[in-house]
Amino acid sequence: MQLIGQTSIDFLGRRKIFIALSAALLLAGIGSAVTKGGLKFGIDFKGGTLVYVKFRDAPDPERIRGVLQGKGLSVATLQPFQDTADAHELKIDLDLAGDVVETSGKDQVIETLREIYPIGAGKLDFNNASPEALAQSLLSERTLRDAGHSSRDLASHAEAMVAWRDQAPRSGLLRDLAELSDVPGVPSSVVAAVPQVAEAGAFHIGGVEVVGPKIGAELQWQAIKATLFALAGMLVYIAFRFEWIYGVAAVIAVFHDVFITIGFFSLFDREIELTVVAALLTLVGYSMNDTIVIFDRVRENRAAVRKSSMTDLLNLSINQTLSRTVLTSGLTLVAVLCLLVLGGEVLRGFSFGLAVGVLVGTYSSIFIASPVLLWGQGLQTARAGGGRRRR
Amino acid sequence: MRSRFGLKIALVAGVFLVCAWRVIGVNPSWDAVRQNLADNIALGLDLKGGTHLILQVQVQDALKAEADQTIDRIRTRLLRAGISYTSIRRNDPGSIEEADSIEIQLDGTPTDRVSDVRAILEEEAPSWLANSTGGSSFALGMRPSELLRLKAETLQQSMSTIENRINGLGLTEPVIQQHGRAEAEHEILVQLPGVSDPARVMNLLQMSAQLEIKKVIDGPFTSPEAARSQNNGILPANSELAHYAERGRNEWYLLERNPVVTGRDLRGATAGRDTQNPGAWQVAFSLSRQAGQRFGLFTAANIGQNLAVVLDRRVQSVASIESRIESEGVINNIDGQTESLDLALVLRAGALPASVVYLEERTVGASLGADSIRQGVQSAIVGVCIIVVVMLAYYRLAGINANLALFFNLLILLAVLSAFGFTLTLPGIAGIILTIGMAVDANVLIFERIREELRAGKAVVAALNAGFGKAFLTIIDTNLTTIIAAAFLFLFGRGPVRGFAVTLAIGLLANLFTSVFVSRLIFDVSMWRKRNLKEMSI
Repeated sequence: MQLIGQTSIDFLGRRKIFIALSAALLLAGIGSAVTKGGLKFGIDFKGGTLVYVKFRDAPDPERIRGVLQGKGLSVATLQPFQDTADAHELKIDLDLAGDVVETSGKDQVIETLREIYPIGAGKLDFNNASPEALAQSLLSERTLRDAGHSSRDLASHAEAMVAWRDQAPRSGLLRDLAELSDVPGVPSSVVAAVPQVAEAGAFHIGGVEVVGPKIGAELQWQAIKATLFALAGMLVYIAFRFEWIYGVAAVIAVFHDVFITIGFFSLFDREIELTVVAALLTLVGYSMNDTIVIFDRVRENRAAVRKSSMTDLLNLSINQTLSRTVLTSGLTLVAVLCLLVLGGEVLRGFSFGLAVGVLVGTYSSIFIASPVLLWGQGLQTARAGGGRRRR
Repeated sequence: MRSRFGLKIALVAGVFLVCAWRVIGVNPSWDAVRQNLADNIALGLDLKGGTHLILQVQVQDALKAEADQTIDRIRTRLLRAGISYTSIRRNDPGSIEEADSIEIQLDGTPTDRVSDVRAILEEEAPSWLANSTGGSSFALGMRPSELLRLKAETLQQSMSTIENRINGLGLTEPVIQQHGRAEAEHEILVQLPGVSDPARVMNLLQMSAQLEIKKVIDGPFTSPEAARSQNNGILPANSELAHYAERGRNEWYLLERNPVVTGRDLRGATAGRDTQNPGAWQVAFSLSRQAGQRFGLFTAANIGQNLAVVLDRRVQSVASIESRIESEGVINNIDGQTESLDLALVLRAGALPASVVYLEERTVGASLGADSIRQGVQSAIVGVCIIVVVMLAYYRLAGINANLALFFNLLILLAVLSAFGFTLTLPGIAGIILTIGMAVDANVLIFERIREELRAGKAVVAALNAGFGKAFLTIIDTNLTTIIAAAFLFLFGRGPVRGFAVTLAIGLLANLFTSVFVSRLIFDVSMWRKRNLKEMSI
């Protein structure tokens, strides 16, 4: 099978159009970020409190927001995280209150939810119970003690039931405690005792993140520093294997990709979370890889086709590698799109970054790195005095 | 030719078997494979659930304590030498950033005894630098080397205390390590896999648990003012007031400043029901031999007097000495069982030399982690399947070769991850995706090159040689560039960035082996004895 045969497209002849396109994308990103009052950073970078809650039935976000604000908490966002017919999840995001980590914010969110979705007095909320708490409650149940269950037995049964609760498809939320009869290895007498001490609450806290301001700033700086060092390392390697100007062109293309991708995050109103940094790093690697494949061909062709101009050389190399570029990028994009569609909400920001990154990274190798290389080579030749013959 | 193949095949088969054994194990049933994967691949907290905490040790507390002790020593010496002074006090650095500004100020010493004062300061405050500010005043700043030593010591001590406390809870596989740039940030990272409700642990780690047993001079009083007025408005030397608010009380006691026994003198502590207050809990402790002797002498000499058990500067209980007490004591009036268990644990583990604050708390519930790993793995499987199908359709027989190389690559990656105990995190999965992309790319590069050579009219074997030869350089360049980047990310990055770098670097090194060496070998073996082959399935 062959998708793309031998082509001879004049990629560089249209470079002005594409540079204009890139500039437009960059400006759109910047414009969006400016009009929206800056980039939207996730909790890792801006600090604050984040609580993931899973509900049994569709919750009423406005009511929850109202109660939280009534308690004087500043709710940054309260958005459905995943909302399908059988999964209702909310992400409750509180702004940073002070300089130090405020664990009280988290407690207040949980308290508020408890007020809205109460359970029977003196009972344990099974859907939020830790194995220890459940074991403790079971231990206090007379029928179980009389039936001769040791505390060690009850602890292991409690652990089994909580672990079972956390597995898919329940994912932490039981509708009815009777479901527990399906837990392997737990005797029916124990299952029957659970409703005596506990109740299946209407929500489950999936996760909590509390990040102080110092950590956020530090993480941001750490990630940027590491990336810059990595780019410098690649620049030196390419300079060593090719020429300086190749490295510079590749690095410029990578910067272009990173900025446009970040711009897309602003355009699509997505938060820049810590996992997005991983996506951006992947993009740096991917884009660099793509650019080097083309540059490698240029280097090879330059040795073979001595007389041809740099423009022709670049066009030839891009065309020769075009079928590879399309196939590789296409396949990587397929893998990334699978992640975007099936990967779940936690991975969504990450896979969105990757999807944009793969597209932009492929595009930039052809339409940014190559023109920059052409331009740089032209500068070099001009500086060396037009008389010197092209190597 | 044949013997060289033999060696290569043996090498590839060897690597394959070792990796397969590491990842899959010997028992090839599906459940056993899953179990093995679960046992061998360590998952990060973001995937398996657990609590991640970053604490900062407020080292200025330790500096302040050191300053207070120094002030006590200087005060005693000045008094003994009959040198008067108007005041001696320290400043109060409120944050870590201001810690180094710690200073002791001594004012109003007689100008004719400057040299005596100096001598005392040098002797009693060797780790401080005394500057004379005017004839009668001195400012003492801590020596820089001493600052560094004391801060590092405080961090180390806090870490081992925290470690003791966490170990006391019996949690599985906790991670406790220094976090942040060198010593400068005084941060400690605590990871507790499987802990989804960290409230108790967080509380426990923050408890300072400064236990002191002090002699009661006078009391109880109804208020601090009442205590003062009883003593003509000023407190006697070396005394202090402490609040007693347990179990509905609101009383004040005048205590001797120097404790008879402190938390450091403890040998052990156990929780139990309060023998005196029904419904409450207590912690019984035993003293070390040396402290026990000291306590014995003290109690024998003070029969009939009152002793106060002071916890974190608040009176926990008061009791009169009825007889000589050698080695045992009790802290009464604790509200709940968990509190008494925690206090006993903390007393056994030792006090923190400085308070700690939390900079970060992350809890991933087991269900959330399980959800993301399930969805991540599902989507990865679908993605890889599509890639496999497309490669087969596009390159036919050669596609099998590419797919074998891809799976081999992933197998090596997983094996190395498990062998070196690296943990797999979400960003690590990103590294694997980039690895898959580049593994596919390596084969696409080679195959497209071979196709080009075939189009140019070369014979199959020659095209194969040329294709591999030319693509080889490109593959080396792309992979090495990215490996260099991964190395820098590993060196300078932290946490998630590192997790990404590790999987990427391993994946790419494996990729160099599988795409260049293994893939080539499969071609060579399949082409063996077919030197004049005219067509190949690519």
